[in-house]
Amino acid sequence: MPHSISTSVRRKDAVAKAAGTMEYLADQFPVSPLHGKCYYSSISRGTIESVSLPELPEGYYIVGADDIQGVNRLHMIIEDWPVFADKEVRYLGQIIFLVVGPEKDVILDLHKQIQITYRELTPCITLEESTALLEGVQHGEDNVFTRYDIHHGQVEYPFEKAHRILEKEYYTGHQEHVYMEPQSLFAHWEEDTFILHASAQCPFYIRKSLVNALGMDKEKIRIIQTPTGGAFGGKEHFPDVLAGPLAVAVCKIKKPIKLVLDRKEDMAYSIKRHPSAIHIRTALDKDGRILAHDIDLRLDGGAFASCSAVVLARAVFTVGNVYNINNIRICGRVFCTNKPPSDAFRGFGAPQAIFAMESHMNFLAYALGIDPLAFRQPYLMKQGDPTSTDGKIHEEVMLPEMTRRILEMSGYEKKYQDYKTRPNWGIGLSYFFHGSGFTGNGERDLIKARIYLKKNRKDQVFIYGSNVEMGQGISTTFCKVASKALDIPIDQVHFVEPDTEIVPDSGPTVASRSISVVGFLVQKAAKRLKAEWKSGEDQSIIQDYEAPTHMVPWDQETLTGDAYPAYSWGVNVIEVEVDPLSYEVNTKGIWGVYEMGVPIDRQIVEGQIIGGMIQALGYSYLEKLEFSQGRFRQATMSDYMIPTSMDFPTTQCDIVDNPFEYGAFGAKGAGEMVFDGAAPAFGAAVSQAVDTIIDEVPVLPETLMELTDEGR
Amino acid sequence: MKDGKIRFTLNGRDVVYEDSPLRRLLDVLREDLGETGVKEGCGEGECGACSILLNGKLVNSCMIAMGTIHEKELMTIEGLRETEQGKCIIDAFADAGAVQCGFCIPGMVMAAQSVLQDAPRPSEEEIRKGISGNLCRCTGYDQIVQAVQMASEKGAGLW
Repeated sequence: MPHSISTSVRRKDAVAKAAGTMEYLADQFPVSPLHGKCYYSSISRGTIESVSLPELPEGYYIVGADDIQGVNRLHMIIEDWPVFADKEVRYLGQIIFLVVGPEKDVILDLHKQIQITYRELTPCITLEESTALLEGVQHGEDNVFTRYDIHHGQVEYPFEKAHRILEKEYYTGHQEHVYMEPQSLFAHWEEDTFILHASAQCPFYIRKSLVNALGMDKEKIRIIQTPTGGAFGGKEHFPDVLAGPLAVAVCKIKKPIKLVLDRKEDMAYSIKRHPSAIHIRTALDKDGRILAHDIDLRLDGGAFASCSAVVLARAVFTVGNVYNINNIRICGRVFCTNKPPSDAFRGFGAPQAIFAMESHMNFLAYALGIDPLAFRQPYLMKQGDPTSTDGKIHEEVMLPEMTRRILEMSGYEKKYQDYKTRPNWGIGLSYFFHGSGFTGNGERDLIKARIYLKKNRKDQVFIYGSNVEMGQGISTTFCKVASKALDIPIDQVHFVEPDTEIVPDSGPTVASRSISVVGFLVQKAAKRLKAEWKSGEDQSIIQDYEAPTHMVPWDQETLTGDAYPAYSWGVNVIEVEVDPLSYEVNTKGIWGVYEMGVPIDRQIVEGQIIGGMIQALGYSYLEKLEFSQGRFRQATMSDYMIPTSMDFPTTQCDIVDNPFEYGAFGAKGAGEMVFDGAAPAFGAAVSQAVDTIIDEVPVLPETLMELTDEGR
Repeated sequence: MKDGKIRFTLNGRDVVYEDSPLRRLLDVLREDLGETGVKEGCGEGECGACSILLNGKLVNSCMIAMGTIHEKELMTIEGLRETEQGKCIIDAFADAGAVQCGFCIPGMVMAAQSVLQDAPRPSEEEIRKGISGNLCRCTGYDQIVQAVQMASEKGAGLW
């Protein structure tokens, strides 16, 4: 029976947002004394030889590396990304100056007059060029930002005794976030404090990244989150990149400055999803059973590391997918290239990894002449099974029940048989899982989340944490968790907008951790407050993170142990018809069954599911982002196609409850996992429709035409 | 417009505008008239976040120069939300869970009004077509379609 917390309530922010009274950053500061406009490099790789700046009218400024009081480095995971390029340029779009002034027209005019002479070098565009150290190394000794190796079981021996070895490489492309609200910041000084208002996911990340550049104590840097009009990972670290130049400018000019990117700048120069190339080599015995996988996983990290190391970690720990394979070796690397940096995007490496493994399972089944669904069944993980990092699956795995449900809902089995003889129609299925929370020891050793719960004399309860509302519904679901634990009406519970001066650091809004990890702290705090409740009095509770005791300890040196405390699970089916003339793919049906512990509000979770699947179908099919001559060819919303209401049919979804002991009311992560399965299911469906193996997303009509014309 | 003044009605009240006829309607609405419910998502007529009704027709205000709106009637979300029709749509969006990050939603509500004006009992196809000029990156649209259907049912007779 579904948990009572899943019963939907009206979102707290719904009416204000629908009625247009919710003020996003650009609405709060519609008129600013000063505007900032970034000046970007116009080459992909080289050195700055000389700079010629225009004469500045009074009240106008051009701020650059020379104005930095502290160190010209943003603190992300490593400190390789400069605030302003000063000598070296690594991608077309790297910020060199910030032009500041009162009138936008004058700013644009000054912008045009800046002249820079570069000594250009040939950029590394492909993974191969990066590996070959074209024109010399750019990062470390080998252009590899991070490398992770995993060995589970043994690999040499199974390949030696294999009856057959099958291998294939899979590719995924860039993806642009297209949050509807572009990157927006507004900053000013108040006495001795730098104050930044930002549309962002991680206010404390911004604060941390600015300490270097400003050369100031973090206590004197205050970040206030503004209502965030979508993010999907695109406002995890990238606001740091804009906040750096803005902070340096405000520090120098000491006047309020607004920096809002227009859509073209945002699309051209902001971070993107990591493209991937994943080679999977599989040893099979004479009965077609998998003996071992040997996987080479490469990500294109772009020009700076940003959080590539963490994306790589999730990709590496997820690429084995939901299968218990005794022997698996994974070499994961993320490479430096001269493209805009790759960074966080919903799913965070998992969609790339799962696309590769699921497509590979289809390829193996096809090559062996076995039904792809039947082929997968013997390997599906069960409770107690080891993971590829020698950790353990602790929860009951509901995949058999989820499989039954989705087969019923979608009519997969009959359609799969029918479409064998019906040209241009296809149906595909994918399995996937997604770890909740930070990888490895991240929550325990790095994040150390803390929340406050405060009650005032009117018995109104306020939740203080740093996790932001960016559309996913946390301002409502946190309140639901607290009100349920306190047994008081939800109207009596309030979510406090994050502001680094008043909320504790409960960590970033990433990694499917907000409800599962921080929501659990909210529940614990509420339970304590209930026990101590004194009506009519001010009360406050501090709740710190405590690591679950059930886990296999994580060892960051050997990359072994439980990579995640728990996983959310899913199965998707997609049905398509391919137009035999235009090779356009019409999606005819979308089904998903999910297990994310217990959904905190069924309607909100369904919103995540539908939104995630449609975004992933855009990634699978519509969202072509080609890189050419240092730029993305799809540079505007007119030519980078995200799904409209006409592109895909209604999504059918179902949720299976499986309470998680260490999550808020049994909840695990939901927001990212819903992105993971659509691309491989779509690829599988198209593979059947055109009788070929799809090994790349997006699946483009021109690719299908070539594949069909030239044969497999 | 003989005196160089541009006169129009905004949400039922008369407005006289005397600045450049080349400015974008979107900027004038937001910066001069405080109508910040009208959002700028792309600035090139693709996303629909700045949708308003101009003489009853759904348009992107980022694509409209001030010089073209003389003697026209404009309705923004600020006006629509005061009407029974607007309240009904907004309620339906909230009840259907059709609101996530919210940035595109005021424009989407304007599109919903446009759909319902044209067809008080729209089919799913008519709704999908009617809102197809408004991009939403969060919801995947199903709950928005459902919201328009709910508004149509609950607000029967309003359109």
